[in-house]
Amino acid sequence: MSWFEKLMPSRIRTDAGHKRAVPEGLWAKCPGCSAILYRAEMERNLDVCPKCHYHNRISARRRIETFLDPEPQEEIAANLESVDPLKFKDSKKYKERLTQAQKGSGEKDALVAMRGQLKGMDIMVASFEFSFMGGSMGSVVGERFVRAVNMALERHTPLVCFSASGGARMQESLFSLMQMAKTSAALERLQKRGLPFISVMTDPTMGGVSASLAMLGDINVAEPNALIGFAGPRVIEQTVREKLPEGFQRSEFLLEHGAIDMIIDRRDMRDRISDLISILMSKPRA
Amino acid sequence: MDLNFLEFEQPIAELEAKIEELRLVGSDNEINIQDEITRLETKCQSLTESIFSNLKPWDISQLSRHPQRPYVLDYIDRIFDEFHELHGDRAFADDHAIVGGMARLEGRPVMVIGHQKGRDTKDKLHRNFGMPRPEGYRKALRLMELAERFKLPIMTFIDTPGAYPGVGAEERGQSEAIARNLKVMSGLRTPIICTVIGEGGSGGALAIGVGDRILMLEYSTYSVISPEGCASILWKSAEKAPLAAEAMGITSDRLKELGLIDEIVAEPLGGAHRDIETMAKNLKHALLEGIDNITSMAIDKLLDTRYQRLMQYGQFSGD
Repeated sequence: MSWFEKLMPSRIRTDAGHKRAVPEGLWAKCPGCSAILYRAEMERNLDVCPKCHYHNRISARRRIETFLDPEPQEEIAANLESVDPLKFKDSKKYKERLTQAQKGSGEKDALVAMRGQLKGMDIMVASFEFSFMGGSMGSVVGERFVRAVNMALERHTPLVCFSASGGARMQESLFSLMQMAKTSAALERLQKRGLPFISVMTDPTMGGVSASLAMLGDINVAEPNALIGFAGPRVIEQTVREKLPEGFQRSEFLLEHGAIDMIIDRRDMRDRISDLISILMSKPRA
Repeated sequence: MDLNFLEFEQPIAELEAKIEELRLVGSDNEINIQDEITRLETKCQSLTESIFSNLKPWDISQLSRHPQRPYVLDYIDRIFDEFHELHGDRAFADDHAIVGGMARLEGRPVMVIGHQKGRDTKDKLHRNFGMPRPEGYRKALRLMELAERFKLPIMTFIDTPGAYPGVGAEERGQSEAIARNLKVMSGLRTPIICTVIGEGGSGGALAIGVGDRILMLEYSTYSVISPEGCASILWKSAEKAPLAAEAMGITSDRLKELGLIDEIVAEPLGGAHRDIETMAKNLKHALLEGIDNITSMAIDKLLDTRYQRLMQYGQFSGD
């Protein structure tokens, strides 16, 4: 107890333990501008700070929910699960990490694929779950992505992918590396058939995911201020032994260097992508 | 300690030094020490055999980047009848970490592309330690598309720690360069044979590694991240690299078992660097066999087989 509290008469003094608790998570602090924001308002704003437009990371399902029309929606290859082909174990078993990630995220693996509609237009969507082992790409992520491509080929629809990933999943080693080739090969077929692939890179899109499917969009899009690149900033810093420039590997940097076509604010995503696709598919504007 | 030998090779190095010493003595001395030399040579042989029959993945990882390990230009000299190196990506620069050009294999025209490391310090810097920048991958792509136009089979040789993690490489689109190669190679209308001759380091290796037949030299490695990199992330210490090498399954026998590569090319006793001529002969033989197999296939069938193989990568449950 501090000297000041000791001075106070006991009926004014309040016990720390009996403080009326503020419900957890009613308010959130913006990581961008430190403003205290009412969570419900943030959610209405698609988790973009209304003051500084900082784009918070969102889950794969919420991403799809905010992007597609509410109906119809049908999940693609929902029951695929990782099997640990290498019996991988570091300080923890890969199997345990998977179970933990499944519990934490409510997803079976780091990619959700969905068949649905965007303003009435048939479309396939793939969306990375970053909270599932850093959105890392292993066998299941690769397979689900390819199934989404195949469904797009079958039904003659475009494909949109929202990536958020640290790269390939180390615990599946070369199997993970080969997913880069697998997903890229599938996209080659999609693009040869003249079906649009729009790649939306969100924070962060790095390593093996950025060096395969994410950079292969007919149109490459990024959300504002997303970290996008091949090597992580720390690895580069250790290699070149100098401080990296401000804004290095951020969306605006990529736009400046010609790696992406445009940056789209999350709140405009539905409208803008629908416009892009309808032009590529020679359909009237929705 | 001889820096040209790895730690587990040191007993061999010591014996060899002794033999060499005896030879020098023998040349200016009439005493017949040939018997002793022969005895030591036999001993050296069996010592090497016993060390090499019991290599751990971490030992192999070190062998794959042995300072004396032959690089692609060493093989090109010995395997191909002609080699005309082609330079540059036509947009930015010529990346010396990747070499490529037209060649003949027993008279047959082919396109050859490979990562190239340097031998001494100056050469190492010139080759950027075999770590390509985007212009290297774009040069490779240009040569592959050239090969496709003129119906030359492509032979790639993989030997890199990985794509270069630098500021300029990121500015010029390292990710995009790698991704594009993967995509284009999956559909190139010409046969492709890829051989891992040393270090198969992640996306930087795969970027010239999509093909119809994937070979690995016996003591080469192929993995998604270096053992050191994996260890420092998952074990929080690069010193656990031997554990990571074990866990990731990076050796040729393990990857063959897992169905991720097609064929292992045997190395001479003690590794490729102990007898480059034999190694080159083995590799040439494997390439000739491989090219016979795939060029006999109609191109559409070949492409379909390549595609199906790519689609089969991965293990999971459920449907």
